[in-house]
Amino acid sequence: MALLEVKDLGISFGGLRAVDDFNLEVEKGCLYGLIGPNGAGKTTVFNLLTGVYKPGEGIIRLDGKDITGHKTIEINQAGIARTFQNIRLFKELSVIDNVKVGLHNHNGYSTLTGILRLPKYYRVERQMEEEAMKLLQVFGLDGEAQTLASNLPYGKQRKLEIARALATKPKLLLLDEPAAGMNPNETQELMDTIRFVRKSFDMTILLIEHDMKLVSGICEKLTVLNFGRVLSQGETGEVLSDPEVIKAYLGE
Amino acid sequence: MKKKTMSKNFRSKLITFGIVIAAYLIMQILIGTGNVSSLLKGLLVPLCIYAILAVSLNLTVGILGELSLGHAGFMCVGAFTSAFFSCCVKESGMPPALRFFLAILIGALSAGVFGILIGIPVLRLKGDYLAIVTLAFGEIIKNLVNILYVGRDENGFHVSFTNSLSLNLSDQGQVIINGAQGITGTPSDSNFTVGVLLLLVTLFIVLNLIHSRDGRAIMSIRDNTIAAESVGINVTKYKILAFAVSAALAGVAGVLYAHNLSVLSATSKNFGYNMSIMILVFVVLGGIGSTRGALVASVLLTLLPELLRGLNDYRMLIYAVVLILMMLFNWAPRCIEWREKIMHRIKGRGKETKEADV
Repeated sequence: MALLEVKDLGISFGGLRAVDDFNLEVEKGCLYGLIGPNGAGKTTVFNLLTGVYKPGEGIIRLDGKDITGHKTIEINQAGIARTFQNIRLFKELSVIDNVKVGLHNHNGYSTLTGILRLPKYYRVERQMEEEAMKLLQVFGLDGEAQTLASNLPYGKQRKLEIARALATKPKLLLLDEPAAGMNPNETQELMDTIRFVRKSFDMTILLIEHDMKLVSGICEKLTVLNFGRVLSQGETGEVLSDPEVIKAYLGE
Repeated sequence: MKKKTMSKNFRSKLITFGIVIAAYLIMQILIGTGNVSSLLKGLLVPLCIYAILAVSLNLTVGILGELSLGHAGFMCVGAFTSAFFSCCVKESGMPPALRFFLAILIGALSAGVFGILIGIPVLRLKGDYLAIVTLAFGEIIKNLVNILYVGRDENGFHVSFTNSLSLNLSDQGQVIINGAQGITGTPSDSNFTVGVLLLLVTLFIVLNLIHSRDGRAIMSIRDNTIAAESVGINVTKYKILAFAVSAALAGVAGVLYAHNLSVLSATSKNFGYNMSIMILVFVVLGGIGSTRGALVASVLLTLLPELLRGLNDYRMLIYAVVLILMMLFNWAPRCIEWREKIMHRIKGRGKETKEADV
C-alpha cells in the first residue's frame, strides 16, 4: 500500500478550477517530484495535502488513514511536514530554537513545570537540545546554533526549514522548491543533502521543483501538472520524454 | 555550547532581578536615612504596579505579538474582585497576611479567567482589529463595574444593576460595592516591600515562561503563524495561554492598586483606556519584547512627571520630549546602528584579537 494516496482531489477558488481530478500515489521511501509551469497548481496541491486549504472534493490518505479536511496541526501530527516556497522561519528565534519548536510535540512538559523549573524541565530541555543539535549537524548548521534565523544566509535558511520540518518526525516530507534561488553549487549540495536525509531518516519525500537538473538527478517518479490537471505521471525518464510534457513545460 | 546559552539566559535573568533588588535596597536605605520626600514615598507602590503592568503587557505585545489595548480592564477585574473579598472577610478575624495572600490569588485568578473568556473570541482577530476590540472590552469592564451594586446581609449576597436601594438589604445589611462610588474601606495591605516581591514573582513567571517550551511556541506564532501551524503548534491554545497569563498578572497589579487606597472606584483615569495606552507606551518605549526594557521604561516614565513637578508648566512638555527621544533611541535605524557599534566596541575587543590569531 502506498504511503500517500490521493484520489480525485479538486478545489476551486471562485470560478477558477485550481486543481482538478488529481490522483497521486507515493510509495514509502520514494523520492517523488511534482513539476509543471508556473500557476499549474503545484503549491495548491501542497496546501491541500497539509490542510491549509480544505479540498472541495477527493480523498487524501496517509498510511491508510483518511486525513481529508483535517486541520494543519492534526495533519502534522499524523505525519506530514513541509517547507515553504517563500521561506517561513521563526526569524526572531535562534537557529536551534527553530528546530526545538519543531520538536515541540515530541518532548513535553506542562506550563507549570516550565515556570517553576522543576527537574523535568531540565531533563526534557537537555534532551531537546541534544536532538536539535543532532539535526543541525546533519545540515551543517551546528556552528550557527545560536545565530538568529534571520541572520543566516539564504541557502542555510532553506536547510534550516528542512531541519525544522524533520524535527516533527514526519513520515512524509513535502519540499516546496527547495532549490529556488540557489546557485548551481548550492543546488548540488542540496541534492546531496536530500539524498542523505532520505537514506538516514528513511524518509519519503515529495518535492516541487523547477530545476530540471535536480529533478532528473534525484526523483524516481514524477507527476506533471498543467492548468490544475495531471498531464503526465510515471517514472522520471518516461515522463521527461513524453511529447506532451516537452510541449507544455520543457520546451521543444 | 549548551552550557553557554543556559548561562546566557540565566545571567540576563539575574541582571533583571538584580536591578529590582538593588533599586529596592537603595530606596530602603534612603527611606531609613530620611532622604525621601513624602511625594516619592507615595509613588513607591504605584511604581511597582506600573512595572508589573508593563512586564505583563509585554507578554502579549512583545512575545505573542498581538496589540492589546484592554490591559487596564484586567487590572480592574483583579482590583475589584480582590477588594470585594478583602472587605467581606475584613471582620472575620482572618490574619491580614493570609487575607492579602488569598486576595492576590483571587485577583489573579479572576483576571486570568476574564482573559480566557475574552481571549477566546477576540484572539481570532489580528492587528488593528484586535486592538479596537480589546479597547472596547476594557471599557465595557470598567463601565459594568460602575453600575454594579453588591450588598450583604444575613440572607447572603444581593446583586443589582440599578441602585443600592434595589438590593433590598435588611437593617444589618451593608453595601459592599456601591456602583460608581465603588468599594470603600479596603484594608491597606499594600506596601513597597510587598509590591517589590510581587514584581519579582511576576518577572520570575514571565521570564521562565518565555524561556521554556511554551515560550518558544508563543514566539513562533508571533514570527510566523502559518509555519507554526505546519510544525504542529496549537496556535489557539498558546495565544490564549499568553493572553491569560498576561491578564492574570495585570490582575495582580490591580490587587496591589486596590489595597493601596481606601476608596476604590473605576474611573477613566485608573482603569480606562488612558491607562491601557500608558502601559503600552511603557512597553513600546522599553523596546517591544524586552522585559527589562519595559521594567525600566515604566519606572522612568512614572517618576519623571513627579520629579519635574518643580518646573510646573513645563513638565508635561519635557515628558513629551523624553517620550520622543526614547522612541528615537530605541527604534530609529541610525540609533540602532550606533548602539550596535558601541556594543560591538565594548564586547568585541577581546574576541577580535582571538579571531585574528585563528
